Amino acid sequence: MVGIVIVSHSAPLADSVAEMAAVMAKDVPMAAAGGLDDGSFGTSFEKISAAIESVYSDDGVLVLMDLGSAVMTTEMVLEMMPERKVEMVDCPLVEGAIVAAIHSAGGEGFEAIKENLAKVASTKKFP
Amino acid sequence: MVDSKKVVEILLAIADKIEQQKDYLTELDQPIGDSDHGINLARGFEAVRQKAAVMEGQDVGAILKTAGMALVSTVGGASGPLYGSAFMKAGVALAGKTQIDGEGFLNMMDAAIEAVKQRGKAQEGEATMLDAMCPSLRAMREAMESGKPMAEVLSEGVKASWEGARHTKGLVATKGRASYVGERGLGHQDPGATSYSFMLEAVSQSMEGGQ
Repeated sequence: MVGIVIVSHSAPLADSVAEMAAVMAKDVPMAAAGGLDDGSFGTSFEKISAAIESVYSDDGVLVLMDLGSAVMTTEMVLEMMPERKVEMVDCPLVEGAIVAAIHSAGGEGFEAIKENLAKVASTKKFP
Repeated sequence: MVDSKKVVEILLAIADKIEQQKDYLTELDQPIGDSDHGINLARGFEAVRQKAAVMEGQDVGAILKTAGMALVSTVGGASGPLYGSAFMKAGVALAGKTQIDGEGFLNMMDAAIEAVKQRGKAQEGEATMLDAMCPSLRAMREAMESGKPMAEVLSEGVKASWEGARHTKGLVATKGRASYVGERGLGHQDPGATSYSFMLEAVSQSMEGGQ
């Protein structure tokens, strides 16, 4: 199964998004990397690296982020592991996490999940 | 010419400057950002300071890479990947060198600025640190081409950097957290352009009488 990592400036936010997505996909390898070591807001290079490693397999890992430094720090983490099959996905965090988790649990591959995530931003809540 | 030992000394001078200006930088970040620029950078440069012993035996390129990695690992905000990438790419530009001359310094700054543009997907004119970095490099290049000594080249750079930083008050941010604030950010000086100006000022001050 494709692993999923949730990166946020806030530890409770990242943990909670991962937890909520896991409700529908219990077996999916999912990890959260939120906040700094001291619990303050921010994004931690080490936490993101460790989260990716913790859910990594040959199926790959998709990383979903909130904004700003979460994106830039993740980008740098990925540059440091060029041999790994890991990519960032540009999509809304909460909805994206749920979509990614469900599709990963359903056995979809790396590219198929990315295609599903590409539709998340344009999916209307009020049809 | 500046050798490896002096480069470490300059990095420590930057760390001192950021520590001194920590509260001011955070204050600038309150109305338009997430109120952490000074705190974050001070934490990052404290980590650079902790690496001083490791840096002592390294060449200039490796020293800058070590500093960049320390920033990326500890800052926690956007300035981590931005300044981190800047220092790391500056290190690549000076790989294996044990000394830097004026031309090498400007080429290094050029590499650092390119790194910030690339990492931040930003250009000059968007109310970011680039609005201090780009004019300061232009001023330094001009000063060097007209044959001025390095101390003067640096002081011209610092002057242009502060002018650039002040100029961000009149720019609407289109990148970073400040872009969410939009036009309400007018009148506020960009914290990143300010921290860069302090950093260049620390370089300039530590070169005075040091050459």
